[in-house]
Amino acid sequence: MLGFAKRIWSAIRRPSVHYSLGFLTMGGFVMGIIFWGGFNTAMELTNTEAFCTSCHEMRDNVYEELKPTIHYSNRSGVRATCPDCHVPHEWTSKVARKMQASKEVWGKLFGTINTREKFLAHRLTLAQNEWTRLEANNSLECRNCHSEESMDITRQSTRAAEAHERFLFTGEKTCINCHKGIAHQLPDMGQASLTGGHSSEAVLTEYLNTE
Amino acid sequence: MIKIHVIAAALVFALSGGAFAQEHVATLRAGAPLDEQGELPQIAKRLNTDLRQVRNYPEQPPLIPHKIDGYQIDINVNKCLTCHSRAAVGVSQAPMVSITHFMNRENQFLASVTPRRYFCTQCHVPQSDAPDLVENTFVDVDQVLEYVAGTKAGDH
Repeated sequence: MLGFAKRIWSAIRRPSVHYSLGFLTMGGFVMGIIFWGGFNTAMELTNTEAFCTSCHEMRDNVYEELKPTIHYSNRSGVRATCPDCHVPHEWTSKVARKMQASKEVWGKLFGTINTREKFLAHRLTLAQNEWTRLEANNSLECRNCHSEESMDITRQSTRAAEAHERFLFTGEKTCINCHKGIAHQLPDMGQASLTGGHSSEAVLTEYLNTE
Repeated sequence: MIKIHVIAAALVFALSGGAFAQEHVATLRAGAPLDEQGELPQIAKRLNTDLRQVRNYPEQPPLIPHKIDGYQIDINVNKCLTCHSRAAVGVSQAPMVSITHFMNRENQFLASVTPRRYFCTQCHVPQSDAPDLVENTFVDVDQVLEYVAGTKAGDH
């Protein structure tokens, strides 16, 4: 193994015999463009709604649920596609998320959610993954479109304006804290608060167990 | 005496009604011929004033003075309760669901909203600015009392 590495290293160190310096530098440059561009193009291809909904797991469950919501059909016709909310827009974070998504490929291969029933059974976990992610990055994917600075609360309903003034502008809460289920149906929220550990039921169970 | 008059009037209406109804059946087509598309009414706007409406009678379920588009109310979650539940009103400042909603059918108070009162929109509805389809002559009990007091005052 070490001998093989040494041979490779000496081959790399040896000056080229047949190819000119110009060919090697230009060739490296061109191949760099092709590989880099190819990589990015392939990655962007996976960053489209057509790609997401090419799997029936997404097309029949979450995509169908998105359709009647404001993020799909609305008065102005501007809409959010899957990656707008679920993939970071900035390059390094995007690559990090894409690497995480290899687990989703695993799930696809082994049919973790390949029926509606299986999907519903996993829905809470899946939703919690997204909520945790959005809470950690201060709802960055929401804010890519919905900027706090551009939000004119005088044009909102009284209720919305008051809530945003009290919780959003003070930084007490972030978008996802209140707007869960804005684009897809919610899982069993009683169960969600149980796993969160703050529900009255959890407290009660703990109390009963200590007696 | 009044009762007999009412019954007689009803009988007369019922007997003559058959022929009358054939000529003037009120339908949503508003007189448009069957093979033609009638003029469609504008889709009414949902009222979103956030101002509580006066109830027409004390037992009336309060109207919802805001939009509830896309509110999920099913086995998993009740979106209304994220603001109107007992614990949430501190944050939301929304009116709490009535205490009657915690009572089961034996009038025992439960810890949370009873299943039979869980589906809010069975009784509570948002309003739109649509014009009335038929004339409504409803008067509330205050107006009835006023009328009674008025007629009594007239008697003396």
